[in-house]
Amino acid sequence: MEEQLFTFTIFTENQVGILSQISNIFTRRCLNIESLSVSPSSIKGVSKFTLTCFSNRDMMERVCKQIDKRIDVLKVYLLTDDDLVYQEIALYKVPTDALLDNSVVEAITRRHNASILEITRTYVVFEKTGHPEEIEALFDELKQFDINQFVRSGRVAVTKSRRELLDRYLEQQEIRRAQIESIR
Amino acid sequence: MKEKIKGSEALMRSLIREGVGLVFGYPGGSIMPTYDALYDYQDRIRHILVRHEQGATHSAQGFSRVTGETGVVIVTSGPGATNIITGVADAMIDSTPMVVVTGQVASPFLGTDAFQEADVVGITSPITKWSYQIRKAEDVSWAVSKAFYIANSGRPGPVVLDFTRDAQVGEVEYDDENYPKCNFIRSYIPKPTPSAIDIERVADMINNSERPMIISGHGVMISGAEEELRELAEKGDIPVAATLLGLSTMRTDHRLYKGMVGMHGNIAPNVNTNKADLIIAIGMRFDDRVTGNVSGYAKQAKIVHIDIDSSEFDKNIKTDATIHADAKEALQSLLPLIEERKHSEWIAEFDRPAAVERESVIERELFPQSGKMTMGEVINRVIDATEEKAIVVTDVGQNQMFACRYSRFKLPKSLISSGGLGTMGFGFPAAIGAKIGAPERTVCVFLGDGGLQMTIQELGTIMEYGIDIKIILLNNNFLGNVRQWQSLFWNNRFSQTPMLNPDFVMIAKAYGIAGEDVEDRSQLSEAIERMLEHKGSYLLNVNIDETDMVFPMTPGGANVDHILLNPNDVYSID
Repeated sequence: MEEQLFTFTIFTENQVGILSQISNIFTRRCLNIESLSVSPSSIKGVSKFTLTCFSNRDMMERVCKQIDKRIDVLKVYLLTDDDLVYQEIALYKVPTDALLDNSVVEAITRRHNASILEITRTYVVFEKTGHPEEIEALFDELKQFDINQFVRSGRVAVTKSRRELLDRYLEQQEIRRAQIESIR
Repeated sequence: MKEKIKGSEALMRSLIREGVGLVFGYPGGSIMPTYDALYDYQDRIRHILVRHEQGATHSAQGFSRVTGETGVVIVTSGPGATNIITGVADAMIDSTPMVVVTGQVASPFLGTDAFQEADVVGITSPITKWSYQIRKAEDVSWAVSKAFYIANSGRPGPVVLDFTRDAQVGEVEYDDENYPKCNFIRSYIPKPTPSAIDIERVADMINNSERPMIISGHGVMISGAEEELRELAEKGDIPVAATLLGLSTMRTDHRLYKGMVGMHGNIAPNVNTNKADLIIAIGMRFDDRVTGNVSGYAKQAKIVHIDIDSSEFDKNIKTDATIHADAKEALQSLLPLIEERKHSEWIAEFDRPAAVERESVIERELFPQSGKMTMGEVINRVIDATEEKAIVVTDVGQNQMFACRYSRFKLPKSLISSGGLGTMGFGFPAAIGAKIGAPERTVCVFLGDGGLQMTIQELGTIMEYGIDIKIILLNNNFLGNVRQWQSLFWNNRFSQTPMLNPDFVMIAKAYGIAGEDVEDRSQLSEAIERMLEHKGSYLLNVNIDETDMVFPMTPGGANVDHILLNPNDVYSID
């Protein structure tokens, strides 16, 4: 079955240990997490994970259900690039000398739509946000100047749907809560 | 009325609010404040002191399987907690509701490698439905309430509460009247409503099928859907097979009951899995021991899967339709839409394979004319003597396969076995829990000499509490199931499977438990009678032929209809 990159958008309660519960599900199946970012979501007390993994759809659907099954997970969505607007951020630290010797700073920043965060006598820090291939393109270009340090974030993504996917789930759950409480 | 009490006492009060009257456990350093609180509650919470923490978990499982209630275990930190892992993993894979409270070092010591500290939440998280550390006395009732709700709703399973020492001794304003009974967690939907569209679709498939077959699993037992199962089968005239943990969901003498599926199941339901046009799987999970080679499993059939846990759909076998719901509720919604049908020809197709099995396997296993005794004949005689009404508990291995094959059941919730994890040592403590849960019923546990010795220390528990279980030790001085595989697939190289055994009857006697050796089949019936008539536990140490093997057998990885009748012959109908 065809393999491709999948993005999981996972909403969880903000509980200790939820990250390892989710990563265990991948580890147990010998799946490598390509990237991961976790942060508070727009809803108070709810964390949002954006996780990418390269695999086939059957496997990813099974994993998706296993994640959803964890008690503290509110909802998981299995998405592909077509469903998403997504971005990564990367920082590149390059020796100042090498750049000045070649006078390429302007050309590079323009071509890659990068920005410069810091300049000192010894190094320059570039910042680039974009898709992975754009981040890699800048990396390849800066390689000739000897990159001292490099770091890139996991993917962050929003869906192309109008509302946050979780909203509907939470609304339905509030109706359920009201029903249960009225029975009591 | 609010009053200030310790976290450990809040645990006792919360357990009582959850209806707990019985816990299995073992004290130790970090759980001492809780045991001290228990001292004042012994009149309301009965504590069974096991002899090893693993025994506590399996006893709790046995209790839970016969009552449907949540089994409760209390142990200490570190080794106490790591000793429960096998039982917790077993409860997880076999969907058994259990709450385990483990002691933990005081929270300032967490992560310091303190004495008897273990990362219990980290270790148990992958093998529990929920694992939570209580670090403050004020969290006790909330956490206990949530734990019981999670453990025994939806697909049941184990929950671990790791209770730090400072949370046990810390004080909390406790309000008994406002116990925070949990009945809703917004991130958890335990009881999905069956969708009307799915119900209609499945009813349609059943009404239009010519060769339908039901496979009834543990979920039917858990949801108490035995009656609905029978109604569905009778109305649609549909043959029923059971999985190992689905045994006793239908009376074995019902005309539509066709036996057990799986590796050592009955030939008819196994071969007809590959002849049916519709498989209706209820509360089961297409385990590899049921399916064999998945690419050769029921390819000609449409698959309907009814389960409360949607992660089981399409996990091992692709489905054509599903009902995501509790089995009882799903069947209740389905029944009015099912048309009365007759499938006489199809049902007759189970007769021939059953006859072949009877002649080529069952006769020689249950009624051997000479030689040493077989496991099958012992089990069969015990079942006869208990009029098919006993609770049958098994350990794991040949004893389990024979007991599951040859037990007959008139009553539901009558078979307790470690299905998914296959835990040797499960049977003996599980039988103790089963008897406590169902004191009015006879509990017979079948085990081998290997498995008994894995949890034999629970003889002490039986002695202390005067528990009455009938222990049938099918003793071949061998690890029989491994021996069987070594014999069939590993050239008779019996690597580390023969066992030098002690005198088991003498061991039992040392604990004040009666018993006898049964050397020859001529003694068997009377020995069984003495065992059943005896007030209190009784050990029958039965001398079994070590060359006895469980057949029929679908070798691992073979198609479900590729069945060995003996080491040399494969079943064939033509």
